[in-house]
Formats: sequence, structure tokens, C-alpha cells
Amino acid sequence: MTAHGALRQRAEALAGPLPDLLAEAEHLAQAVMLGAHGRRRAGMGDEFWQYRPARAGDPVRAIDWRRSAKSDAHFVREKEWQAAQAVLVWVDEAQSMNFASDKNLPTKADRARLLAMAISVLLIRGGERVALVSLGTPPRSSQLQLLRIAQALSDETEAADYGAPVIRIMPPHSRAVFVSDFLGDLAAFEEQLTRAADRGVKGVLYQVLDPQEEAFPFDGRTIFQSVGGTLEHETLKAGDLRARYLERLAERKARLQDLARAVDWQYTCHHTGGSAQSALLWLYGAIERRR
Amino acid sequence: MFTLFGIGFAAPWLLLALAALPILWILLRAVPPAPIRRRFPGVALLLGLEDDETQTDKTPWWLLLLRMLAVAAMIIGFAGPVLNPQDQRAGDGDLLVLMDGTWADARDWTRRVERVDALLDEAIRNGRRVAIVQLTDLPPDGELPFQAADAWGNRLASFAPRPFLPDQEALAAWPEQWNADGFDVFWLSDGLDWTGREDLLAALEGYGEVTVFENPRALVGLRPAEFEDGDVVVRATRSRTAGATEMQLVARGLDPNGVERQLTAADLVFAEGEAEASVALNLPPELRNRITRFELAGIRSAGAVTMTDDALRRREVALVSGRDDREGLELLSPTHYLEQALEPTADLIGGDMQDILLANPDVIVLADVAKVSEAEVEPLLEWLDAGGMLLRFAGAKLAASDVSRAEEDPLMPVRLRAGGRTIGGAMSWGEPKALRGFSETSPFYGLAIPEDVRVTSQVMAQPDPTLAERVIASLADGTPLVTRKRVGQGQVVLFHVTANAEWSTLPLSGLFVQMLERLAVSTRPAQPTAEDLEGTVWVPDAVLDGFGVVRDAGALPGVAGEDLATGRPNAAMPPGLYTGEDRRIAVNVIGAETELVATAWPASIPVEGLAVLRETALKGWLLAAALALLAVDVLASLWLGGRLRRVGSSALGGVLALALLPTLSEAQSADDLALLATAEVVLAHVITGDQRVDDVAFAGLRGLSDTLWQRTSIEPANPLSVNLETDELAFFPFLYWPVTTEQPVPSDLAYAKLNRYLRGGGMILFDTRDADIARFGQASPNGRKLQQLARPLDIPALEPLPEDHVLTRTFYLLQDFPGRHNSRDVWVEAAPPDAELVEGMPFRNLNDNVTPVVIGGNDWAAAWATDETGRVMFPVGRGFAGERQRELANRFGVNLMMHVLTGNYKSDQVHVPALLDRLGN
Repeated sequence: MTAHGALRQRAEALAGPLPDLLAEAEHLAQAVMLGAHGRRRAGMGDEFWQYRPARAGDPVRAIDWRRSAKSDAHFVREKEWQAAQAVLVWVDEAQSMNFASDKNLPTKADRARLLAMAISVLLIRGGERVALVSLGTPPRSSQLQLLRIAQALSDETEAADYGAPVIRIMPPHSRAVFVSDFLGDLAAFEEQLTRAADRGVKGVLYQVLDPQEEAFPFDGRTIFQSVGGTLEHETLKAGDLRARYLERLAERKARLQDLARAVDWQYTCHHTGGSAQSALLWLYGAIERRR
Repeated sequence: MFTLFGIGFAAPWLLLALAALPILWILLRAVPPAPIRRRFPGVALLLGLEDDETQTDKTPWWLLLLRMLAVAAMIIGFAGPVLNPQDQRAGDGDLLVLMDGTWADARDWTRRVERVDALLDEAIRNGRRVAIVQLTDLPPDGELPFQAADAWGNRLASFAPRPFLPDQEALAAWPEQWNADGFDVFWLSDGLDWTGREDLLAALEGYGEVTVFENPRALVGLRPAEFEDGDVVVRATRSRTAGATEMQLVARGLDPNGVERQLTAADLVFAEGEAEASVALNLPPELRNRITRFELAGIRSAGAVTMTDDALRRREVALVSGRDDREGLELLSPTHYLEQALEPTADLIGGDMQDILLANPDVIVLADVAKVSEAEVEPLLEWLDAGGMLLRFAGAKLAASDVSRAEEDPLMPVRLRAGGRTIGGAMSWGEPKALRGFSETSPFYGLAIPEDVRVTSQVMAQPDPTLAERVIASLADGTPLVTRKRVGQGQVVLFHVTANAEWSTLPLSGLFVQMLERLAVSTRPAQPTAEDLEGTVWVPDAVLDGFGVVRDAGALPGVAGEDLATGRPNAAMPPGLYTGEDRRIAVNVIGAETELVATAWPASIPVEGLAVLRETALKGWLLAAALALLAVDVLASLWLGGRLRRVGSSALGGVLALALLPTLSEAQSADDLALLATAEVVLAHVITGDQRVDDVAFAGLRGLSDTLWQRTSIEPANPLSVNLETDELAFFPFLYWPVTTEQPVPSDLAYAKLNRYLRGGGMILFDTRDADIARFGQASPNGRKLQQLARPLDIPALEPLPEDHVLTRTFYLLQDFPGRHNSRDVWVEAAPPDAELVEGMPFRNLNDNVTPVVIGGNDWAAAWATDETGRVMFPVGRGFAGERQRELANRFGVNLMMHVLTGNYKSDQVHVPALLDRLGN
């Protein structure tokens, strides 16, 4: 079994118990793309919604003759207005994600990919259109797209130490999911979020951290290196740095939270030590945004 | 050798390296611990953070100190330090090492051997030939056995102190047998001035230099215990009188179980300047007679032990008189003269025969007792066989009875003629008879016969082939006066006259007392004279070795009485207890008059102590310390570098926990079990090893406990599972033992425990749980297993539970005892065969014990079983009938527990009508 096959299988397994995800569609006047989402109102779509008496102004072509022949009045056959959501998924591929503090824990990248794949599976099963940013293709809603996503997520690529999203195609009013550790430069994220906000894109900032990054359980003389090896910091008493490190981490989380709130996105922090299922549930809820 | 503070160094120049330590200090101080490299994505957040202090790049001072110490220890260690460096004792040529080897050496024998060992070491270094001689064990040919010094090393252990002093004659002749040119002498003296020492010293000085090694401490010896005014007096003597000393005197002997133990102890105080100390022990006769020896606690020497013999024992004499004492007629009492004669020297006991036999006296006196009851004859004969002495006196009753008439009574020495005879009375022709002189074979031989002893009446012995040899005293006309018969190790003696003055004047004379003495009825004088002992042979019973340890004499040859009389032990006659014909004599190292005199060496002889200052090489210790310090340094460095955090702590904790856990939990479990089992009534089942069966058994007992709680005043706590091998059973009144084919057969130890449990009133309910498919017996695998399990158990005869068994009515009236199965085969201890049904009574009169086992196969536990919430766990039978069966099973459980806990008091109700009847009158 190929690597992406395996990833897909695990993702399917994870997505299996959840009900089909129905992303909440906001009222988008221009959202014309047809999908499997009935809007519980008449409009463009494939599924029959209702017959209604023809009114002045209805084109003759709209009259359903078969129904009208059963009575004296003319009826128009209306179909349910259906709209599909486009969801962009970006998974940080930077080297900093390839880190696990314990051999029993998955790396952050593993967890991020698994969640991304699972949410893609859910969305496509729900009829949404999903695109992986790194694929560079527009969002599609097909099993083939799932395969492509799985393929792309399994590809090992040479990457920088810390990642930043580069999004070429961003359909307006779509949804976006950014999965990263957000340990790199936040300016890039800020820029992308501003762009997204301009286009009416709503989404989720999903931070994945290793438990060790939260606890900083070090002591003594230590040289810290980034995973890629580009950054280095030496300290003689790592224990003394703990408080200040944690302060900085909290600051960064607060910053992300503020950023998300400013553009009406959602933010959460997930630890690889936690359960992937609950992480997916949260993600599912965040994208669906049920009210 | 270079010496510093009492420590010598083999390579002192190496100590110069210590000067390099400060340089090392500076070097080490400059080098911080190596950093750890860690991959850590969060480093992006760390950029720009500065360390608070810059000091920490230096190694902390204590770590430096640790390393310094390690290096210093290494340097000093390699310099070869030696504690107590010994200067060599100069000298060459042959060396004679003399050890006295007497009992006085024993107290510090190991130190002496060490001393000799040290002297041998020196001799090896100097290449001297050595001869080691023990004066109490001179070489047979008298030659000095000079050998290479290292040849003696192994043989040193074979020397042991002897419990006597050197043989004077052999010692005097010894120097003439030497065939040597000249040698130095090291003499390890025992500190006692015995005869012959000065002559030997003079002889030795002719050959070379003599050096004496001696323990300056005073020697203490114990004199034989004596009997004075009802007290046992033990005296001790010492060789030097300086200083007050307190010692503990311990009396040892067999306890009633035949185990030797300390019987009593007393403090023995030497006053300043006194060579003698004594202590008087006032002991109950029973205890006193058990004492076999006195010891000074803490001194291992034959001189500190004195064995006791018959001289110390006061014999226990039981007086039984047949006639009821007549009020006020004290002088006519059959035992009055006996009491007067025996009182000063023996302990008298009275009472009925049963009690007397329990006390196991030395002598039982039957004064005019004709018949001994049937039940008492057997134990009396046993007691005789074991060495007792039955002393009988004739009297009117004996003369009138037909005891030992037609055939000889086992408790009489001879057959008697009917009636006896009276001589010299108002109605007779003859004169009262005097005694004839005692023959040589008689124990009374040699006693002077007072003229005024006259016999007026006696019982007559029937002429028999054996009569002649049994007579030990006779009247002037040849009629037997005292006859004796040996029974086993004991004897029966009959005085053919009364014990009072009715029939003769014998009891009024001093001869009577002497005769009793000769018969060993009373104690004799302490030490027999040489004349007494002449021609006799005494066999050693137990002997002392030089350390004062009592050893079995084994096959040691007998000792002539003359030697024994000297009281001075030698190689042929080690101190100990010697048995003669009818008494025992102790030979002790120190006699009543022996003086312990300390040696006085001429001023020209150098006297040294025994202490050996051993050279102790410290190199190994210092290097080990250095290694340990370095190991600590490794840990400390790791800890400082933050590398010890996870692995170290968890591993260390694990090791500690492992070390502590088992002991703690074990100690706890035994106590916990005892507390759990004894705080309240607890039912218990035996762990069979089959988890399922054990669970059901436990649940069953839980259900039964609940039932008992609800219905009766028995309020049991939660049941327990009992491991037969490890748990104490005595806490449980009741054990449920489900039988499975797989369970292991308990060990012998467990069976011993089970048998003790059963004898102690415990009850086991065996349940084969197969009554649905098999009947009781061999038919089923469980039944066979049960027989295998129960074979080593101490189980009485069984019978099927009879209708009137107390189990049927201890609480409920029951006739069926169903469990999950309903079989009538329940077996209990069989009733005694003579139990009979009294007319008009519902039950037999059975006042026996609680049955120790109940055996059945009805799977009671399953019927009783409830879960924690009290719901039944297994269906029983079907429908209402099944519930009825379960109810009966519970009732059986209640009855059983009532039977276990209250015994058979319900059986006692058979007596109620009789009791009521009696109360009514």
C-alpha cells in the first residue's frame, strides 16, 4: 500500500464516525456554484423543491405542463436552491513541523496532515469542494480530488524551517483552513489573512504544537537548534529561560487569537499529545459553524 | 617506610602530586560542562533571550571539590598507605611457639590463634623454622616438631584448648627429650601459675630467648555448687583481686519439654580486693533438680562452667499412706518417722497417686498400702521402668490383704505368707528379734547395727527360688526384713515392718535414716571419699570441652573410682558427669579448694599482651573511594547538565521502590490478615487456584455472611480467601474448601498447619460440588481428589449426617442440606458407638465436640452466592421449588455457622428435663 493510500485510509477511518459535514453557507448572492447543499428554498439546483402557481413574469419555459394539465391553473416547477462551499486547506510543510518530542507521539506534521485529510474527506463526502493550497488547483468535489490531496500530503518536499502560506487561487467567499505550528514569522500569515478577509474568505487558524513546546522541560547548558538547523540558540541555564519562553509563546497565541478575531476567523491550539478525534470534531464544528 | 600520622606510605614521593591539585582546580574551574544539543522548533521564540547570570558557565565549587577529593584519594591511594605499619621483629634461627592450651586459654582462644598467626607471618618473612606445641597436648615422642613456618598456617585451626592443666609428670620429663641446638621461644601463657611452669621456663632459657604473651585480665572460675541451709551456693574465684567486677551466673538445665534452656540467673559480685564471690540461690526443688550446670555468662571456658551431680539434687519423695490419719495421734501416723527422717534431705510431696505420678518423684513411699487401684498400676509400672523407686512398708492392712499371696504382685518384691507373724508379744514364745549383720551384696553393707533395734512383728516372705537374692536385710533368725526387686531401671523395696514404731523400733534408730540414705531415698554426703570409690568404674555421661561446651561422651572409656576421687581432670578423665551404679558424680575443672594463682614471671622475661596490630593496607579503600567519588561526579555532572531529569529519576525511583516494596508489602500482609480476620468473625475459603471456583466460593461466603447478618446475631465481616501455604489459619472458625481436580496438594507444612487447625477446634466444609452427577466416594474425579487431599488430615471416623445430629437443629430445624444440588450425602464425624437413644428422648445423648469436618457435594457456595449488591448469582432448581431449595441452603449455612460458633449447646438440651426435674425438687 502506498504512503498516500495509507494516509487516506487512516483519514477515512477517522472521518468515518462523523456525520456528513455540511458547511454552513452564508448568504452569498453571487454564490452560484451548484453543489449538493439544498438551501431549503427555491432557487438554482437539481432537486425538485415545489410547484407554485405561475405568476406574471414567469417565463413560459418555466411552466410545468404536466402539472398544469392536471388542473386549470398554471404551475411552475421550482427546484431547491443548492450551493456548494469551496474550502481551501493549507498544511504547513515546513521542517519545524517534523518534530515529535517523544517516540510515542506523532510529529506535528503527521497530525496536521491527518487532520487536513480527514476534514477533506468529510467535506467531499458532504459535497463541498476542497482544494489543497499546495496543489495549486481550484477546489473540486470528487473522489479523485481526495486522491490528489492524499498524494500531495504524502509527498516529502524540501522546505524551509518555518512555513508561511502562499495562496495563489482564493475563490471569494470560500472557506480556508490553515494548519501550522505558527512558530515562524507571523507577518506572512497576517498578509494572507488580510487578503482573505478582503475576499470574504472565512476560516480557521489551527495551531498544532508538541507538548514539549508547551512545557519547555529543559535544564542546564543547552544549544537549541531548529529542525532544519538554520536557527541556533545557546543557553547555560535552560531552566531560567522557561518562564520567558512560555511568556513569548502565550504572547504569540494571543496574537493569533487577535488576528483571527479581527478577520472573523477562528483559532485554536491543538497538542499532538491530545486526541485527533476531538481535534477533528472541533474543526468540523468550526467549518460548519452551526448556529 | 615513610610514616605520617601513623600511616606509612610505600611510595611517598607520589604524594608530591598533591601539589598539582590547585592547578587542577583552576583548570577544571575554567571548563564549563559540555552543552547538550537539542532539536527544538520553539527556538524561534528563544532568539534574543539572554541568560540571567554569567556565573553558571563555571563548574560549581562543590563539584570541583568532589573531583579534587577523587583525585586526591587516587594520589594517596597509589602512594600505598598502610595503617599501623609494623616494624619487623628481628631474629633468625628456629622458633618454638608454646601454647598452654588449658581451659584458661579458651576465653580468648581466637586472639591467641591470631597472635600465633601474626608470629607465623613474621617467621615466614624472616625464613625461620617454627615448632608449635600445646602443653596440654605434648607431641607423643617429645620431639620439637620444627617445620617451615608456612606449613603451620593450615594446622593452626586444629589446636584447641583442653579442659585441664598440663600433665606435670610429662611436662617435667619433656625437656630431656629435646634434640635441638638453640631456639627462641614465644610462650603464650594462660596466666595461671600451675606447678611445673617454672621448671619448664628454666629449661627453655637454656636454649634461647623467651618472650611471654599473656592476657593481663583476671581469670575467673566457678567452683562446684554446694548445698547449704536449703540454698544452692555457687562460689567463683579469680586470679587477680584488683577491681570490683559483676558477672552473671546462669543455671542451665532441661525444661519440662526436654529442651535445654536457662533456668535461672543471678548476679555474682567480686568485691574490690576479694578473690572469692558467692551467690546463694533459693530455688524451688522442681527447678533445682533440673539444673545440670552453672555457667558464667559471656565467658567461653571450661573453668566458667561447673556441672552439678546428685550432691545438689534433693530427691523428691512422695509419701502415700493407706490409713486415714487419726486425729491427734501424730506419732502413730504411718509416715511420721519417714517424714522426720527425710525432711532435712529430701523434698516431700503428698496427695493422691494420680497427682504424685504427674510430679514424677524419685521415690514413692507406700506406707501400709495394700491395694493399688487398677488404673494406677499401669502408670506406676511405667514410672518404675523409667527408674522410679517404690518403697513399701508393711502394716496391718498389708498383712490382712491377699496382695501377692498366690502369685507375685508386680508392685511387690516377694510373695507374702498370709497373716505375718508376731514375735515376743504377750502371747508368743519368742523374743523380739534383732537384725543380722548386712551381707556384702546388700546396699546396707557396712552400716553398724544398733543393739536396741528390735522387731516384734513382720510380714513373712514366701520362700521362692528368687527370694535369696532379693533379701537385702534380714533378722537374726534369717527371715527377710527388707527385700528388693528390680523392675526395669527402677526397683521395688519392701520393709517387712511398719514405717512407724508399732512393729519394730527400727524407725526410732539412726540406722533407719542411714538405710534410707543407702537406698538413695535421701541425699548423701556431697563428695565420696576415695575409699568409697575404690574398685568402682564410672562411665562418662557428658563431658566438657575446653570452651565449656557440654558434649556427649560417646564411647569414651570408663574411669576408675580412685582417679575420680582425686577430682582433678586430665586427658583420660575430662571434666564432665560420670555415672556409676546408682549415682552420678561431676568432675569439674575447678574443685572446691582450687586456687587460681596468677603467673609471676621473672623480670628478665619480656611479657607482651595478646593484642595484634594488624597492618591494614589502605590502598584499596582509597581507590574505591576515588571511584565512588567519580561515580558521584558522573551523576552530579549529568544532573547539572539537565540530562538526569527523566531517565535518572524514574530509574532511581524504580530501584528504590523495588527494594522497599516486597518487604513492606509482606510485613503488611501478615499483620493485615491477622487484623482483618480477628477484628470480627470472618468466614474464609481455601484458595484452590481455579479463579472461577474461588470467585464463587468467595461470593458464596459473602452471601452466607449477609444471611447470617440478617437472621442471626452472628455479624460477620467480609469473607477472606486463605492461602493454605502462607496464611495463618488459627484466626478462622470455619473454612470452606471447594474441591477441584486441578488444585495442588498442600505441602507437609500446610498439612501440619491444617491438622493443628482441626485439633484446635476449627471446621472445614469440604465441597466436591458434584452431587448432581456423582454420589459420595470414589465415583467422581472430585471425590477422588478429595480423598487424596484429606488423607494426611487428622480426620476422625465419619458417618452420614444422622437424623438427630445437632446440625439439624442449631438454628433451624432441618433434615435436608441442599446447596445448588440436592443430595442427602453429607458426612460428619461419627457419633461414639456407645451413644444410645434414651427412652422418651428425641435425640441421642451426644455431648461430643464440634465435628471437625463436614463433607458433601452440594455446591453450597453457588447456592449462597450473591454479588456485591446482594443479588443471587446462580439459579437454583426451578421456580418456587428452586427458591425453596435456596432458602434451605441458606438455612443449612446458618445452622452450620451456629454449630461452628456455639458448639453443641443445643445438644445439651437433652438434659433440660432432668435439670428441670432436679430444680423442681
